[in-house]
Amino acid sequence: MLLTILGLPPAFLLLSFITILCALYVVTNTNPVYSVLALILAFFSISAHYVLLNAQFLAVVNLIVYAGAIMVLFLFVLMLLNLNKESEPIVKMGWHIGAAVTAGLLLVTLAAALHKSSEQIMRNPAEDIGLVKNLGKVLFTDYLVPFELSGILFLAAMVGAVLLGKKQTNSKENNNYSETSSQ
Amino acid sequence: MDFALLLEKSILILILTAITLGIATYLTYGERKVAAFLQDRIGPNRAGIFGILQPIADAGKMFFKEELIPKNAEKWLFILGPGLAMITACITSAVIPWGSHLELFGRTIQLQVADVDIGILYIMGIVSVGVYGIMIGGWASNNKYSLYGAIRASSQMISYELGMGLALIAVIMMSGSLSLREIVEQQSGWGGMQWNIIYQPLGFIIFFTCALAECNRAPFDLPECETELIGGYHTEYSSMKLGFYLFAEYINMFISSAVMTCVYFGGYNFPGMHLIDSQNLLATLQIVAIFLKISFFIFAFMWIRWTLPRFRYDQLMHLGWKTMIPLAIVNMLLTGGGMLLFGN
Repeated sequence: MLLTILGLPPAFLLLSFITILCALYVVTNTNPVYSVLALILAFFSISAHYVLLNAQFLAVVNLIVYAGAIMVLFLFVLMLLNLNKESEPIVKMGWHIGAAVTAGLLLVTLAAALHKSSEQIMRNPAEDIGLVKNLGKVLFTDYLVPFELSGILFLAAMVGAVLLGKKQTNSKENNNYSETSSQ
Repeated sequence: MDFALLLEKSILILILTAITLGIATYLTYGERKVAAFLQDRIGPNRAGIFGILQPIADAGKMFFKEELIPKNAEKWLFILGPGLAMITACITSAVIPWGSHLELFGRTIQLQVADVDIGILYIMGIVSVGVYGIMIGGWASNNKYSLYGAIRASSQMISYELGMGLALIAVIMMSGSLSLREIVEQQSGWGGMQWNIIYQPLGFIIFFTCALAECNRAPFDLPECETELIGGYHTEYSSMKLGFYLFAEYINMFISSAVMTCVYFGGYNFPGMHLIDSQNLLATLQIVAIFLKISFFIFAFMWIRWTLPRFRYDQLMHLGWKTMIPLAIVNMLLTGGGMLLFGN
């Protein structure tokens, strides 16, 4: 059997198949809303991969952050823009080729980088490093500095977002406008 | 995999789904009766004794109504919308512990579908994807009122998720666990009355308010505000697709009541539970206890709906961002300070 030759669990194969199918649908479909929905499904199947590796925390956080927050924002913007065939910008052929070459190079780099390690992880997943208790311990001991630094980065991003949102209220006219509109 | 375990879990899931759907059906009846009670009317009383068959008559009507799909709607997404709303509403119940355990046929049967160690995060995750049903349905209808409803729903849900999560963090800090079963077990002290509400009254109020907003219930039912948006996101829906949207709202109400019960009101713990020797009797009484608590919260949801007028949209946003989130952060700091002082 093919499955035994590959030596991979069937659940993993099925999920990978779904993930890749969804990802292909995202890039080949011309309707952006369908693309976003396929991307959400891809995130779900990636979360299922994490569950297979016994990393429940990562699986759920992936769902909350990507499927729950970022994709809602994507869909939000797409719905407001209401893109369709008529409003689709005509892109020159050169851009298509450039994008394909860049993406292809990225794929090669990633595949080369992950080739060894991913196989190792897949074959012997560390039993419960993905469980929230162990993950928390590692984050707050071995990786404390990177963890705190990324926290500061998030804080900076948050402050930046608030500043960007407030930018328009500097002049007096806009200030009045925003006051009346926010009452 | 152990076949008996698979069978046990399948039966549990089947029973749970049936109960959830049954409760959602009868909540429509309950809502009308509560509304009638609060407005000094009689309410539905024609179908069967006390109108008890009213939901069945309603469901029959829903199924046999003409089904319309607008000409310019995105057909597949239009069909997908109510389905997604229903699925996301139903799968939340997987991590809720309904009782400790039963001992049947020499086996210990956990009254919980999945005891994962990230139960609360799972619920937050499903809540955060729960908005897609409304968004997709509202957008696919190709109607400006539907789109407005969908946009209102999504921004409202994103905003109130934050307050909800922050309120939950205080509880998680106290319990030191993300597993719902463990959080419930920790509330079994003092003869079954050591509930988290005693330590977290502010957190509970924040959570309850956010739950109302997440379920799109009055006074936060802006996404379907009929005075402004006709019917909001389900303006174009008819027949059982509309029924699914309404159903999903009642299931969400039921599930969020169950979560509130588990996190703040001791879940299946009840006073005097330590006096009962027989495990099976205890488990049965625990199920009764949790369902009684859930019923009370559902009644509170309905009570609020028929008492308070609807908020304006900017008031809703103001309450979410400028009141609930700061309050939740203060609550978090208070909890941390309390733990430091009293050495929890």
